[in-house]
Amino acid sequence: MNRSVARPPRAHAGGGPTWWVYALVGAFAVLVAGIFLSAFLNSIASTWFGGWLPDAYTTKWYRFAIAEFDLGYVLAITIVVGLTVTIVSLALGVPAAYVLARRAFPGRPLLLLLLILPMLVPPITYGIPLAAMLYTARLGGSLAGVIIVNIVPAMPFVVLIMTPFFEQIDPNLERAARTLGASPWRVFRRVLLPIALPGMLAAGLLILVRAIALFELTFLVSGAKSQTLVVALYYAAFAAGIRPSQAIDAMAVVYMVTGLALLLAALRFINPVNMVIRVRQ
Amino acid sequence: MQRAVRHRTGEGAAVPAPRARRGGAALLPLVPALLVVLMLFIYPFAYGLMLSLHPQGALAKAGTFANYAAFFGDPRERLSIWNTLRLAVPVTLLDLVVALPLAYRLRRPLPGQRVITGLLVIPMTLGTVLLAEGMIEFFGPAGWLNKLLLALHIIGTPVQFVHNYTGVFLSLMISDFPAVFLVLLGYASGIDPRLEQAARTLGAGWWQRLLRVTLPLLAPGIAAAAALSFVATFSVFPSAVLVGQPAGETRVIALAAWQAAYERFDYPQASAIAMVMAAIELVFVALVLAARNRAYQGPTIGGRG
Repeated sequence: MNRSVARPPRAHAGGGPTWWVYALVGAFAVLVAGIFLSAFLNSIASTWFGGWLPDAYTTKWYRFAIAEFDLGYVLAITIVVGLTVTIVSLALGVPAAYVLARRAFPGRPLLLLLLILPMLVPPITYGIPLAAMLYTARLGGSLAGVIIVNIVPAMPFVVLIMTPFFEQIDPNLERAARTLGASPWRVFRRVLLPIALPGMLAAGLLILVRAIALFELTFLVSGAKSQTLVVALYYAAFAAGIRPSQAIDAMAVVYMVTGLALLLAALRFINPVNMVIRVRQ
Repeated sequence: MQRAVRHRTGEGAAVPAPRARRGGAALLPLVPALLVVLMLFIYPFAYGLMLSLHPQGALAKAGTFANYAAFFGDPRERLSIWNTLRLAVPVTLLDLVVALPLAYRLRRPLPGQRVITGLLVIPMTLGTVLLAEGMIEFFGPAGWLNKLLLALHIIGTPVQFVHNYTGVFLSLMISDFPAVFLVLLGYASGIDPRLEQAARTLGAGWWQRLLRVTLPLLAPGIAAAAALSFVATFSVFPSAVLVGQPAGETRVIALAAWQAAYERFDYPQASAIAMVMAAIELVFVALVLAARNRAYQGPTIGGRG
Protein backbone atom coordinates (compact mmCIF):
# COMPACT_ATOMS: atom_id res chain seq x y z
CA MET A 1 0.00 0.00 0.00
CA ASN A 2 1.12 3.48 -0.71
CA ARG A 3 2.60 4.95 2.43
CA SER A 4 1.50 8.50 1.83
CA VAL A 5 -2.07 7.29 1.69
CA ALA A 6 -1.82 5.11 4.77
CA ARG A 7 -0.24 7.75 6.99
CA PRO A 8 -2.63 10.68 7.28
CA PRO A 9 -5.60 8.90 8.88
CA ARG A 10 -3.34 7.42 11.53
CA ALA A 11 -1.94 10.84 12.41
CA HIS A 12 -5.43 12.27 12.57
CA ALA A 13 -6.79 9.49 14.74
CA GLY A 14 -3.93 10.07 17.19
CA GLY A 15 -4.96 13.67 17.29
CA GLY A 16 -3.10 16.91 17.39
CA PRO A 17 0.15 18.13 18.87
CA THR A 18 2.34 16.00 21.10
CA TRP A 19 4.50 18.60 22.85
CA TRP A 20 2.32 18.50 25.95
CA VAL A 21 2.98 14.76 26.34
CA TYR A 22 6.71 15.43 26.51
CA ALA A 23 6.17 18.44 28.78
CA LEU A 24 4.00 16.49 31.22
CA VAL A 25 6.27 13.44 31.26
CA GLY A 26 9.28 15.74 31.58
CA ALA A 27 7.77 17.55 34.56
CA PHE A 28 6.92 14.26 36.23
CA ALA A 29 10.41 12.90 35.57
CA VAL A 30 12.06 16.06 36.94
CA LEU A 31 9.98 15.84 40.10
CA VAL A 32 10.76 12.16 40.65
CA ALA A 33 14.43 12.66 39.77
CA GLY A 34 14.63 15.60 42.18
CA ILE A 35 13.19 13.48 44.97
CA PHE A 36 15.42 10.52 44.20
CA LEU A 37 18.58 12.62 43.80
CA SER A 38 17.87 14.44 47.07
CA ALA A 39 17.85 11.10 48.86
CA PHE A 40 20.76 9.68 46.88
CA LEU A 41 23.04 12.71 47.32
CA ASN A 42 22.20 12.80 51.00
CA SER A 43 23.23 9.16 51.30
CA ILE A 44 26.71 9.93 49.93
CA ALA A 45 27.12 13.30 51.66
CA SER A 46 29.42 13.64 54.60
CA THR A 47 27.69 16.93 55.38
CA TRP A 48 25.08 18.98 53.51
CA PHE A 49 24.38 22.34 55.08
CA GLY A 50 22.15 24.63 53.11
CA GLY A 51 24.00 24.51 49.78
CA TRP A 52 22.65 23.29 46.44
CA LEU A 53 24.96 20.28 46.67
CA PRO A 54 26.57 18.41 49.57
CA ASP A 55 29.75 19.91 50.99
CA ALA A 56 31.74 16.67 50.65
CA TYR A 57 31.11 13.06 49.68
CA THR A 58 31.68 9.77 51.48
CA THR A 59 30.63 6.13 51.38
CA LYS A 60 30.60 5.79 55.15
CA TRP A 61 26.79 5.79 55.44
CA TYR A 62 26.58 2.63 53.38
CA ARG A 63 29.12 0.96 55.65
CA PHE A 64 27.22 2.35 58.63
CA ALA A 65 23.92 0.97 57.30
CA ILE A 66 25.43 -2.45 56.71
CA ALA A 67 26.75 -2.58 60.27
CA GLU A 68 24.06 -0.72 62.19
CA PHE A 69 20.92 -1.95 60.46
CA ASP A 70 22.30 -5.43 59.85
CA LEU A 71 21.67 -4.76 56.17
CA GLY A 72 23.18 -8.07 55.02
CA TYR A 73 20.86 -10.10 57.22
CA VAL A 74 17.79 -8.03 56.27
CA LEU A 75 18.64 -8.40 52.57
CA ALA A 76 19.02 -12.16 53.00
CA ILE A 77 15.60 -12.35 54.70
CA THR A 78 14.09 -10.23 51.95
CA ILE A 79 15.50 -12.46 49.22
CA VAL A 80 14.42 -15.67 50.98
CA VAL A 81 10.90 -14.32 51.52
CA GLY A 82 10.68 -12.94 47.97
CA LEU A 83 11.88 -16.12 46.27
CA THR A 84 9.82 -18.50 48.41
CA VAL A 85 6.68 -16.43 47.92
CA THR A 86 7.31 -16.31 44.17
CA ILE A 87 7.88 -20.04 43.79
CA VAL A 88 4.95 -21.08 45.98
CA SER A 89 2.61 -18.57 44.30
CA LEU A 90 3.59 -19.82 40.85
CA ALA A 91 3.16 -23.44 41.91
CA LEU A 92 -0.34 -22.68 43.23
CA GLY A 93 -1.44 -20.12 40.68
CA VAL A 94 -0.26 -21.56 37.36
CA PRO A 95 -2.34 -24.78 37.48
CA ALA A 96 -5.37 -22.78 38.60
CA ALA A 97 -4.84 -20.26 35.79
CA TYR A 98 -4.53 -23.07 33.27
CA VAL A 99 -7.83 -24.63 34.28
CA LEU A 100 -9.56 -21.25 34.33
CA ALA A 101 -8.25 -20.52 30.84
CA ARG A 102 -9.17 -23.87 29.30
CA ARG A 103 -12.34 -25.08 30.98
CA ALA A 104 -15.79 -23.63 30.84
CA PHE A 105 -17.71 -24.78 33.90
CA PRO A 106 -20.60 -23.43 35.94
CA GLY A 107 -19.43 -20.87 38.48
CA ARG A 108 -16.24 -20.04 36.61
CA PRO A 109 -16.71 -16.23 36.77
CA LEU A 110 -17.46 -16.48 40.48
CA LEU A 111 -14.38 -18.60 41.09
CA LEU A 112 -12.20 -16.21 39.13
CA LEU A 113 -13.55 -13.33 41.20
CA LEU A 114 -12.86 -15.25 44.41
CA LEU A 115 -9.29 -15.99 43.35
CA ILE A 116 -8.62 -12.36 42.43
CA LEU A 117 -10.47 -10.83 45.38
CA PRO A 118 -7.43 -10.58 47.69
CA MET A 119 -5.93 -8.11 45.21
CA LEU A 120 -8.98 -5.87 45.37
CA VAL A 121 -9.15 -5.54 49.13
CA PRO A 122 -6.48 -3.55 50.93
CA PRO A 123 -4.13 -5.79 52.92
CA ILE A 124 -4.76 -4.08 56.23
CA THR A 125 -8.44 -5.11 56.33
CA TYR A 126 -7.71 -8.83 56.35
CA GLY A 127 -4.12 -8.44 57.58
CA ILE A 128 -5.09 -7.59 61.15
CA PRO A 129 -7.30 -10.68 61.73
CA LEU A 130 -4.81 -12.80 59.73
CA ALA A 131 -2.00 -11.60 61.98
CA ALA A 132 -4.14 -12.35 65.03
CA MET A 133 -4.70 -15.87 63.65
CA LEU A 134 -1.02 -16.43 62.98
CA TYR A 135 -0.04 -15.23 66.45
CA THR A 136 -2.56 -17.70 67.92
CA ALA A 137 -0.96 -20.43 65.79
CA ARG A 138 2.45 -19.33 67.11
CA LEU A 139 3.55 -18.34 63.61
CA GLY A 140 3.49 -14.62 64.31
CA GLY A 141 6.92 -13.00 64.12
CA SER A 142 8.42 -16.01 62.34
CA LEU A 143 9.85 -16.24 58.85
CA ALA A 144 7.16 -18.81 57.96
CA GLY A 145 4.45 -16.34 59.02
CA VAL A 146 5.91 -13.59 56.84
CA ILE A 147 6.03 -15.96 53.86
CA ILE A 148 2.46 -17.14 54.42
CA VAL A 149 0.94 -13.65 54.54
CA ASN A 150 2.85 -12.55 51.45
CA ILE A 151 1.40 -15.42 49.41
CA VAL A 152 -2.13 -14.09 49.92
CA PRO A 153 -1.89 -11.10 47.53
CA ALA A 154 0.82 -12.69 45.34
CA MET A 155 -1.02 -15.82 44.22
CA PRO A 156 -4.05 -13.93 42.80
CA PHE A 157 -1.59 -11.88 40.80
CA VAL A 158 -0.28 -15.07 39.15
CA VAL A 159 -3.84 -16.11 38.32
CA LEU A 160 -4.58 -12.66 36.92
CA ILE A 161 -1.51 -12.64 34.66
CA MET A 162 -1.34 -16.29 33.66
CA THR A 163 -5.02 -16.89 32.83
CA PRO A 164 -5.01 -14.62 29.75
CA PHE A 165 -1.55 -15.93 28.91
CA PHE A 166 -2.83 -19.51 28.70
CA GLU A 167 -5.89 -18.33 26.77
CA GLN A 168 -3.58 -17.05 24.06
CA ILE A 169 -1.91 -20.43 23.60
CA ASP A 170 -3.53 -22.36 20.78
CA PRO A 171 -5.39 -25.36 22.28
CA ASN A 172 -4.69 -27.29 19.06
CA LEU A 173 -1.09 -27.71 20.20
CA GLU A 174 -2.23 -29.67 23.24
CA ARG A 175 -4.79 -31.60 21.23
CA ALA A 176 -2.16 -32.56 18.70
CA ALA A 177 0.17 -33.77 21.45
CA ARG A 178 -2.61 -35.79 23.04
CA THR A 179 -3.67 -37.27 19.72
CA LEU A 180 -0.09 -38.37 19.31
CA GLY A 181 -0.38 -40.25 22.58
CA ALA A 182 1.22 -37.92 25.12
CA SER A 183 -0.03 -38.18 28.70
CA PRO A 184 -1.46 -35.02 30.32
CA TRP A 185 1.70 -34.65 32.39
CA ARG A 186 3.85 -35.02 29.31
CA VAL A 187 1.73 -32.47 27.45
CA PHE A 188 2.18 -30.08 30.33
CA ARG A 189 5.93 -30.61 30.62
CA ARG A 190 6.89 -30.80 26.96
CA VAL A 191 4.33 -28.54 25.29
CA LEU A 192 2.76 -26.08 27.71
CA LEU A 193 5.67 -25.37 30.01
CA PRO A 194 8.09 -24.31 27.28
CA ILE A 195 5.47 -21.99 25.77
CA ALA A 196 4.37 -20.58 29.12
CA LEU A 197 7.86 -20.11 30.51
CA PRO A 198 8.33 -16.46 29.43
CA GLY A 199 4.97 -15.56 30.95
CA MET A 200 5.81 -17.40 34.15
CA LEU A 201 9.19 -15.71 34.33
CA ALA A 202 7.62 -12.29 33.90
CA ALA A 203 4.89 -13.04 36.43
CA GLY A 204 7.54 -14.35 38.82
CA LEU A 205 9.70 -11.25 38.51
CA LEU A 206 6.71 -8.98 39.05
CA ILE A 207 5.68 -10.94 42.13
CA LEU A 208 9.22 -10.65 43.39
CA VAL A 209 9.07 -6.86 42.93
CA ARG A 210 5.71 -6.71 44.66
CA ALA A 211 6.66 -9.06 47.49
CA ILE A 212 9.72 -6.94 48.18
CA ALA A 213 7.62 -3.79 48.14
CA LEU A 214 4.65 -5.13 50.12
CA PHE A 215 4.64 -3.32 53.40
CA GLU A 216 1.45 -3.74 55.41
CA LEU A 217 1.20 -7.51 55.76
CA THR A 218 4.89 -8.01 56.54
CA PHE A 219 4.72 -5.10 58.96
CA LEU A 220 1.79 -6.69 60.83
CA VAL A 221 3.33 -10.15 61.11
CA SER A 222 7.12 -9.83 61.19
CA GLY A 223 9.22 -9.96 64.31
CA ALA A 224 12.65 -8.49 64.98
CA LYS A 225 14.35 -11.41 63.19
CA SER A 226 12.00 -11.69 60.22
CA GLN A 227 11.81 -8.14 58.90
CA THR A 228 12.09 -7.53 55.20
CA LEU A 229 13.88 -4.48 53.85
CA VAL A 230 10.75 -2.29 53.55
CA VAL A 231 9.74 -2.93 57.13
CA ALA A 232 13.26 -2.43 58.48
CA LEU A 233 13.40 0.80 56.50
CA TYR A 234 10.10 1.96 57.91
CA TYR A 235 11.23 1.33 61.46
CA ALA A 236 14.50 3.13 60.77
CA ALA A 237 12.70 6.10 59.23
CA PHE A 238 10.02 6.09 61.91
CA ALA A 239 12.67 6.34 64.61
CA ALA A 240 14.33 9.19 62.69
CA GLY A 241 16.53 11.33 64.85
CA ILE A 242 18.03 8.34 66.59
CA ARG A 243 19.84 7.37 63.41
CA PRO A 244 21.43 9.68 60.86
CA SER A 245 19.13 10.35 57.92
CA GLN A 246 22.00 9.70 55.53
CA ALA A 247 22.17 6.06 56.68
CA ILE A 248 18.43 5.64 56.20
CA ASP A 249 18.80 7.09 52.72
CA ALA A 250 21.67 4.70 51.99
CA MET A 251 19.41 1.79 52.90
CA ALA A 252 16.55 3.22 50.84
CA VAL A 253 18.86 3.54 47.83
CA VAL A 254 19.89 -0.11 48.19
CA TYR A 255 16.20 -0.95 48.26
CA MET A 256 15.41 1.07 45.16
CA VAL A 257 18.32 -0.36 43.18
CA THR A 258 17.13 -3.89 44.01
CA GLY A 259 13.58 -3.11 42.94
CA LEU A 260 14.65 -1.24 39.81
CA ALA A 261 16.92 -4.06 38.66
CA LEU A 262 14.06 -6.55 39.02
CA LEU A 263 11.60 -4.25 37.27
CA LEU A 264 13.95 -3.69 34.34
CA ALA A 265 14.48 -7.44 34.10
CA ALA A 266 10.71 -7.94 34.08
CA LEU A 267 10.25 -5.27 31.40
CA ARG A 268 12.47 -7.27 29.10
CA PHE A 269 9.89 -10.05 29.13
CA ILE A 270 6.62 -8.24 29.37
CA ASN A 271 4.95 -5.12 28.05
CA PRO A 272 4.45 -2.85 31.09
CA VAL A 273 0.78 -2.57 30.19
CA ASN A 274 0.32 -6.28 30.79
CA MET A 275 1.51 -5.84 34.36
CA VAL A 276 -1.93 -4.69 35.29
CA ILE A 277 -4.24 -6.00 32.62
CA ARG A 278 -3.96 -7.67 29.30
CA VAL A 279 -4.12 -6.01 25.94
CA ARG A 280 -5.48 -7.75 22.96
CA GLN A 281 -3.33 -6.86 19.99
CA MET B 1 -16.57 -27.54 21.33
CA GLN B 2 -13.42 -28.94 22.86
CA ARG B 3 -15.32 -31.85 24.23
CA ALA B 4 -16.75 -32.74 20.85
CA VAL B 5 -13.32 -32.79 19.30
CA ARG B 6 -12.05 -35.05 21.99
CA HIS B 7 -14.92 -37.44 21.54
CA ARG B 8 -14.05 -37.94 17.96
CA THR B 9 -10.38 -38.49 18.62
CA GLY B 10 -10.80 -40.25 21.92
CA GLU B 11 -12.05 -43.57 20.62
CA GLY B 12 -8.65 -45.13 20.18
CA ALA B 13 -6.93 -46.72 23.19
CA ALA B 14 -3.89 -44.56 22.47
CA VAL B 15 -5.57 -41.48 23.88
CA PRO B 16 -6.26 -41.94 27.58
CA ALA B 17 -5.97 -38.26 28.38
CA PRO B 18 -9.52 -37.10 27.57
CA ARG B 19 -11.15 -39.58 29.88
CA ALA B 20 -9.06 -38.53 32.87
CA ARG B 21 -9.71 -34.88 32.12
CA ARG B 22 -13.46 -35.13 31.81
CA GLY B 23 -15.70 -33.99 34.65
CA GLY B 24 -14.60 -32.91 38.10
CA ALA B 25 -11.10 -34.30 37.93
CA ALA B 26 -10.15 -31.65 35.39
CA LEU B 27 -10.86 -28.99 37.99
CA LEU B 28 -8.53 -30.52 40.61
CA PRO B 29 -5.64 -28.11 39.85
CA LEU B 30 -7.86 -25.32 41.13
CA VAL B 31 -8.11 -26.81 44.59
CA PRO B 32 -4.77 -25.73 46.14
CA ALA B 33 -5.21 -22.12 45.01
CA LEU B 34 -8.78 -22.11 46.25
CA LEU B 35 -7.74 -23.51 49.62
CA VAL B 36 -5.17 -20.74 50.04
CA VAL B 37 -7.77 -18.05 49.35
CA LEU B 38 -10.33 -19.69 51.63
CA MET B 39 -7.92 -20.30 54.51
CA LEU B 40 -5.80 -17.18 54.36
CA PHE B 41 -8.26 -14.61 53.05
CA ILE B 42 -11.91 -15.59 53.46
CA TYR B 43 -11.45 -17.23 56.84
CA PRO B 44 -9.45 -14.34 58.37
CA PHE B 45 -12.03 -11.95 57.02
CA ALA B 46 -14.84 -13.92 58.64
CA TYR B 47 -12.75 -14.31 61.79
CA GLY B 48 -12.22 -10.53 61.87
CA LEU B 49 -15.93 -9.92 61.42
CA MET B 50 -16.70 -12.32 64.25
CA LEU B 51 -13.96 -10.84 66.42
CA SER B 52 -15.34 -7.35 65.87
CA LEU B 53 -18.73 -8.53 67.17
CA HIS B 54 -17.26 -9.86 70.41
CA PRO B 55 -15.99 -6.76 72.25
CA GLN B 56 -13.40 -7.24 74.94
CA GLY B 57 -12.31 -5.25 78.00
CA ALA B 58 -14.49 -2.35 79.08
CA LEU B 59 -16.86 -2.90 76.15
CA ALA B 60 -17.39 -6.62 76.82
CA LYS B 61 -20.85 -6.11 78.32
CA ALA B 62 -21.94 -3.29 76.03
CA GLY B 63 -23.51 -5.48 73.35
CA THR B 64 -22.59 -6.98 70.00
CA PHE B 65 -21.99 -3.76 68.13
CA ALA B 66 -20.11 -2.03 70.95
CA ASN B 67 -16.87 -1.92 68.93
CA TYR B 68 -18.59 -0.17 66.06
CA ALA B 69 -20.47 2.13 68.44
CA ALA B 70 -17.16 2.99 70.11
CA PHE B 71 -15.53 3.79 66.78
CA PHE B 72 -18.33 5.99 65.50
CA GLY B 73 -18.95 7.49 68.94
CA ASP B 74 -15.40 8.80 69.33
CA PRO B 75 -14.95 12.03 67.32
CA ARG B 76 -11.17 11.44 66.97
CA GLU B 77 -11.72 7.94 65.58
CA ARG B 78 -14.58 9.03 63.38
CA LEU B 79 -12.42 11.82 61.98
CA SER B 80 -9.97 9.24 60.60
CA ILE B 81 -12.53 8.32 57.92
CA TRP B 82 -12.72 11.93 56.76
CA ASN B 83 -8.92 12.27 56.95
CA THR B 84 -8.57 9.28 54.65
CA LEU B 85 -11.34 10.22 52.23
CA ARG B 86 -9.99 13.72 51.72
CA LEU B 87 -6.70 12.15 50.62
CA ALA B 88 -7.98 9.16 48.64
CA VAL B 89 -10.69 10.85 46.58
CA PRO B 90 -8.74 13.91 45.31
CA VAL B 91 -5.59 11.81 44.68
CA THR B 92 -7.59 9.29 42.66
CA LEU B 93 -9.34 12.00 40.65
CA LEU B 94 -6.20 14.02 39.99
CA ASP B 95 -4.19 10.95 38.95
CA LEU B 96 -7.01 10.01 36.57
CA VAL B 97 -7.17 13.49 35.08
CA VAL B 98 -3.40 13.54 34.46
CA ALA B 99 -3.10 9.93 33.30
CA LEU B 100 -6.12 9.87 30.99
CA PRO B 101 -4.86 12.21 28.23
CA LEU B 102 -1.38 10.69 28.48
CA ALA B 103 -2.64 7.13 28.18
CA TYR B 104 -4.96 8.10 25.36
CA ARG B 105 -2.24 9.85 23.39
CA LEU B 106 0.30 7.08 24.05
CA ARG B 107 -1.98 4.28 22.95
CA ARG B 108 -0.13 4.34 19.66
CA PRO B 109 3.63 4.84 19.72
CA LEU B 110 5.22 8.26 19.82
CA PRO B 111 8.96 8.75 19.32
CA GLY B 112 10.60 7.69 22.59
CA GLN B 113 7.62 5.61 23.66
CA ARG B 114 9.64 3.12 25.70
CA VAL B 115 11.50 5.87 27.55
CA ILE B 116 8.26 7.71 28.28
CA THR B 117 6.52 4.61 29.62
CA GLY B 118 9.62 3.68 31.60
CA LEU B 119 9.83 7.12 33.19
CA LEU B 120 6.19 7.00 34.19
CA VAL B 121 6.50 3.51 35.66
CA ILE B 122 9.76 3.91 37.60
CA PRO B 123 8.12 5.41 40.73
CA MET B 124 6.80 1.88 41.34
CA THR B 125 10.28 0.88 42.44
CA LEU B 126 10.95 3.91 44.64
CA GLY B 127 9.16 2.44 47.61
CA THR B 128 7.30 4.40 50.24
CA VAL B 129 10.27 5.04 52.45
CA LEU B 130 12.69 6.26 49.79
CA LEU B 131 9.91 8.44 48.41
CA ALA B 132 9.22 9.80 51.89
CA GLU B 133 12.89 10.37 52.73
CA GLY B 134 13.55 11.97 49.37
CA MET B 135 10.48 14.16 49.73
CA ILE B 136 11.52 15.31 53.19
CA GLU B 137 14.78 16.50 51.68
CA PHE B 138 13.51 17.72 48.29
CA PHE B 139 10.47 19.58 49.64
CA GLY B 140 12.04 20.45 53.00
CA PRO B 141 12.74 24.01 54.15
CA ALA B 142 16.33 23.74 52.86
CA GLY B 143 15.42 21.47 49.95
CA TRP B 144 15.86 22.13 46.25
CA LEU B 145 12.29 23.20 45.59
CA ASN B 146 12.21 25.84 48.33
CA LYS B 147 15.69 27.00 47.30
CA LEU B 148 14.57 27.37 43.71
CA LEU B 149 11.37 29.20 44.62
CA LEU B 150 13.33 31.51 46.94
CA ALA B 151 15.99 32.15 44.31
CA LEU B 152 13.29 33.05 41.78
CA HIS B 153 11.65 35.34 44.38
CA ILE B 154 8.37 33.48 44.00
CA ILE B 155 8.22 33.04 47.77
CA GLY B 156 9.75 35.05 50.59
CA THR B 157 10.02 32.33 53.23
CA PRO B 158 10.27 28.55 52.77
CA VAL B 159 6.92 26.82 52.27
CA GLN B 160 6.12 23.79 54.36
CA PHE B 161 5.36 20.97 51.94
CA VAL B 162 5.94 17.93 54.16
CA HIS B 163 4.79 16.70 57.56
CA ASN B 164 1.28 17.78 56.70
CA TYR B 165 -1.62 17.01 54.38
CA THR B 166 0.26 18.29 51.32
CA GLY B 167 3.15 15.88 51.94
CA VAL B 168 0.94 12.80 52.04
CA PHE B 169 -1.07 14.05 49.07
CA LEU B 170 2.06 14.49 46.93
CA SER B 171 3.52 11.17 48.05
CA LEU B 172 0.32 9.30 47.18
CA MET B 173 -0.02 11.06 43.86
CA ILE B 174 3.46 10.00 42.81
CA SER B 175 3.31 6.43 44.10
CA ASP B 176 -0.18 5.80 42.78
CA PHE B 177 0.27 7.32 39.33
CA PRO B 178 2.07 4.40 37.57
CA ALA B 179 -0.70 1.90 38.25
CA VAL B 180 -3.45 4.30 37.14
CA PHE B 181 -1.52 5.13 33.99
CA LEU B 182 -0.83 1.49 33.13
CA VAL B 183 -4.45 0.42 33.57
CA LEU B 184 -5.66 3.28 31.37
CA LEU B 185 -2.95 2.65 28.78
CA GLY B 186 -3.99 -1.00 28.64
CA TYR B 187 -7.61 -0.13 27.97
CA ALA B 188 -6.79 2.73 25.59
CA SER B 189 -4.59 0.49 23.45
CA GLY B 190 -7.48 -1.94 23.18
CA ILE B 191 -9.74 0.57 21.42
CA ASP B 192 -10.02 0.04 17.71
CA PRO B 193 -8.81 3.23 15.97
CA ARG B 194 -11.27 2.53 13.14
CA LEU B 195 -14.18 3.41 15.42
CA GLU B 196 -12.90 6.93 15.74
CA GLN B 197 -12.08 7.12 12.08
CA ALA B 198 -15.63 6.08 11.32
CA ALA B 199 -17.01 8.79 13.61
CA ARG B 200 -14.73 11.27 11.87
CA THR B 201 -15.87 10.18 8.45
CA LEU B 202 -19.44 10.64 9.59
CA GLY B 203 -18.61 14.23 10.44
CA ALA B 204 -18.08 14.20 14.20
CA GLY B 205 -15.81 16.94 15.57
CA TRP B 206 -13.04 16.03 18.03
CA TRP B 207 -15.13 17.07 21.03
CA GLN B 208 -18.03 14.95 19.84
CA ARG B 209 -15.72 12.01 19.13
CA LEU B 210 -14.21 12.32 22.60
CA LEU B 211 -17.56 12.54 24.33
CA ARG B 212 -19.54 10.02 22.30
CA VAL B 213 -16.93 7.46 21.20
CA THR B 214 -13.68 7.53 23.13
CA LEU B 215 -14.80 8.20 26.69
CA PRO B 216 -17.63 5.65 26.66
CA LEU B 217 -15.21 3.04 25.30
CA LEU B 218 -12.70 3.99 27.99
CA ALA B 219 -15.31 3.91 30.77
CA PRO B 220 -14.42 0.37 31.92
CA GLY B 221 -10.74 1.35 32.09
CA ILE B 222 -11.48 4.53 33.98
CA ALA B 223 -13.63 2.53 36.41
CA ALA B 224 -10.93 -0.10 36.92
CA ALA B 225 -8.24 2.54 37.44
CA ALA B 226 -10.42 4.53 39.83
CA ALA B 227 -11.28 1.45 41.88
CA LEU B 228 -7.69 0.21 42.10
CA SER B 229 -6.40 3.66 42.93
CA PHE B 230 -9.01 4.27 45.59
CA VAL B 231 -8.36 0.90 47.24
CA ALA B 232 -4.63 1.63 47.32
CA THR B 233 -4.88 5.21 48.57
CA PHE B 234 -7.66 4.55 51.05
CA SER B 235 -5.45 2.08 52.92
CA VAL B 236 -2.47 4.49 52.99
CA PHE B 237 -0.33 3.92 56.03
CA PRO B 238 3.45 4.47 55.88
CA SER B 239 3.43 7.79 54.03
CA ALA B 240 0.74 9.17 56.34
CA VAL B 241 3.22 8.62 59.17
CA LEU B 242 6.48 9.55 57.47
CA VAL B 243 5.55 12.67 55.47
CA GLY B 244 2.29 13.46 57.22
CA GLN B 245 1.12 14.55 60.60
CA PRO B 246 0.04 11.21 62.07
CA ALA B 247 -1.27 12.74 65.28
CA GLY B 248 -3.38 15.29 63.45
CA GLU B 249 -4.63 15.94 59.97
CA THR B 250 -3.28 12.76 58.40
CA ARG B 251 -4.35 10.30 61.10
CA VAL B 252 -5.84 7.94 58.53
CA ILE B 253 -8.14 5.00 59.19
CA ALA B 254 -5.44 2.36 58.60
CA LEU B 255 -3.40 4.05 61.30
CA ALA B 256 -6.41 4.03 63.63
CA ALA B 257 -6.79 0.26 63.03
CA TRP B 258 -3.09 -0.34 63.58
CA GLN B 259 -3.05 1.67 66.81
CA ALA B 260 -6.00 -0.31 68.15
CA ALA B 261 -4.26 -3.61 67.38
CA TYR B 262 -0.65 -2.90 68.24
CA GLU B 263 -0.72 -0.05 70.74
CA ARG B 264 -3.85 -0.97 72.72
CA PHE B 265 -3.77 -4.71 71.82
CA ASP B 266 -7.52 -4.56 71.27
CA TYR B 267 -7.88 -6.90 68.29
CA PRO B 268 -11.71 -6.85 68.32
CA GLN B 269 -11.71 -3.04 68.06
CA ALA B 270 -9.02 -3.16 65.35
CA SER B 271 -11.04 -5.74 63.41
CA ALA B 272 -14.11 -3.53 63.67
CA ILE B 273 -12.16 -0.62 62.16
CA ALA B 274 -10.85 -2.92 59.42
CA MET B 275 -14.43 -3.96 58.63
CA VAL B 276 -15.49 -0.30 58.44
CA MET B 277 -12.61 0.24 56.00
CA ALA B 278 -13.64 -2.70 53.86
CA ALA B 279 -17.27 -1.54 53.85
CA ILE B 280 -16.39 2.00 52.74
CA GLU B 281 -14.23 0.60 49.98
CA LEU B 282 -16.86 -1.78 48.73
CA VAL B 283 -19.36 1.08 48.64
CA PHE B 284 -16.92 3.16 46.59
CA VAL B 285 -16.18 0.31 44.19
CA ALA B 286 -19.91 -0.35 43.80
CA LEU B 287 -20.51 3.34 43.03
CA VAL B 288 -17.72 3.32 40.44
CA LEU B 289 -19.12 0.22 38.77
CA ALA B 290 -22.62 1.68 38.75
CA ALA B 291 -21.28 4.84 37.11
CA ARG B 292 -19.44 2.70 34.61
CA ASN B 293 -22.59 0.83 33.68
CA ARG B 294 -24.39 4.12 33.12
CA ALA B 295 -21.62 5.28 30.82
CA TYR B 296 -21.10 2.18 28.78
CA GLN B 297 -22.30 -1.38 28.55
CA GLY B 298 -20.41 -3.83 26.42
CA PRO B 299 -17.22 -5.84 26.30
CA THR B 300 -14.65 -5.02 28.98
CA ILE B 301 -12.03 -4.17 26.42
CA GLY B 302 -13.90 -2.14 23.92
CA GLY B 303 -14.06 -2.28 20.24
CA ARG B 304 -11.32 -4.61 19.09
CA GLY B 305 -11.46 -8.26 18.19
